[in-house]
Amino acid sequence: MSSVRVLVGTRKGAFILTSNARRKKWDINGPYFAGWEIYHINGSPANHDRLYASQSTGWFGQLIQRSDDGGKTWEPVDNKFVYDGTPGTHKWYDGTQHPWEFKRVWNLQPSLTDPDTVYAGVEDAALFRSMDGGKSWQELPGLRSAKGDLWQPGAGGMCLHTILLDPVNPERIFIAISAAGAFRTDDGGGSWLPINQGLKSNFELPDPTADVGHCVHNLAMHPSRPGVLFMQKHWDVMRSDDAGGMWYEVSGNLPTDFGFPIAVHAHEPETIYIVPIKSDSEHFVPDGKLRVYRSRKGGNEWEALTEGLPQSDCYVNVLRSAMAVDTLDSCGIYFGTTGGQVYASADSGDNWAPIVHDLPAVLSVEVQTLP
Amino acid sequence: MICVMLPVHLQRLANTGREVELQVDGPVTQSSILDALEASYPMLRGTIRDHVTKERRAFIRFFACGEDLSLEQPDVPLPESVANGTERFMVVGAMAGG
Repeated sequence: MSSVRVLVGTRKGAFILTSNARRKKWDINGPYFAGWEIYHINGSPANHDRLYASQSTGWFGQLIQRSDDGGKTWEPVDNKFVYDGTPGTHKWYDGTQHPWEFKRVWNLQPSLTDPDTVYAGVEDAALFRSMDGGKSWQELPGLRSAKGDLWQPGAGGMCLHTILLDPVNPERIFIAISAAGAFRTDDGGGSWLPINQGLKSNFELPDPTADVGHCVHNLAMHPSRPGVLFMQKHWDVMRSDDAGGMWYEVSGNLPTDFGFPIAVHAHEPETIYIVPIKSDSEHFVPDGKLRVYRSRKGGNEWEALTEGLPQSDCYVNVLRSAMAVDTLDSCGIYFGTTGGQVYASADSGDNWAPIVHDLPAVLSVEVQTLP
Repeated sequence: MICVMLPVHLQRLANTGREVELQVDGPVTQSSILDALEASYPMLRGTIRDHVTKERRAFIRFFACGEDLSLEQPDVPLPESVANGTERFMVVGAMAGG
């Protein structure tokens, strides 16, 4: 019987939640790396037992941990992230230029085919790659050549937080940076193109339609249709049907189009999920109600999913990396909150139940569907 | 032998106790102690000082003999009592927050 393994990164450690395909009864393991911030923990699609975790604190800096047994045991691998050449400068909050400084790893994305190849999105924004299971890291510096001097940190820092690997074209990768925008490579990471046409940032940028500088919060795609991208921007939910060549807004009837995560149903490429947040200055769900919004039409027409979610006095946020889906026949949707709850739906979002109530603030959620 | 005391997070990372003993060849300085520490426990590289510049991380402090030595030059010899192991060289996570 298939099973699922939910990988949860929190402010104070990692947790691994497991269940069989019914997803009713859960085993909770952790905390792993207690006391450390786990920005991301992710598994290799090519080897389910190979996991990578980004572990950091302000005191001791960045570590990368690797497991070869599905998270039972871990070993630290290389944590040396050195920018290629002279790092140069980017735009600072006040518009002046500021040196590039490594702070932490936000996102770890293992290759779709090779467990030893893994990409790391870091703050200050850059993309690194390891081809030896995390034993060494090299920057793909062409990304920062894509107008990097104009990139500027968002409130959470200048982080490369999203990495999407194209399952059809191995040379194509999409990434997103706050606050620089979305970028694409078609040559395996050598050269990069800003893909931000159609985005409008009327309140954030002097030129609302600039090539770079947009505060993209998250990207998602369905593996069967990698040219169709969905984006949760700072404000606005967006869609592109040409691999980022042009974006158009699909916020439609949402109560607010500010938010962080966006996810696509495992079997329905036009079914997408977001969690609207009240505003950029009030990072919690509107009206005290935790509602996931689902569109079955690829955007514009949204329905609130509330069954099993708190509908009063709830003021949590759901961060950009904290929503994921499994690939079981009845698709499971999962998300974690800043209040420490991890919710799961085993029926595409119709009904929800908490897996755990009281973890530290959840930074990331990933799901592995195990045979 | 030099005696080095580690904060709890680094003890767990290095899978060691509160104190570790190290052999340091040549002058006993902050740098030579940390070189020996990182040689014995490679997983600590980058957690106390920068990989490349070797600068102490901002929230790490070094104490010995009741003194805060954090701002001393890293290649200045430490007191004899540290060199002969009667005093511990303490790596401390700075107090922050509230």
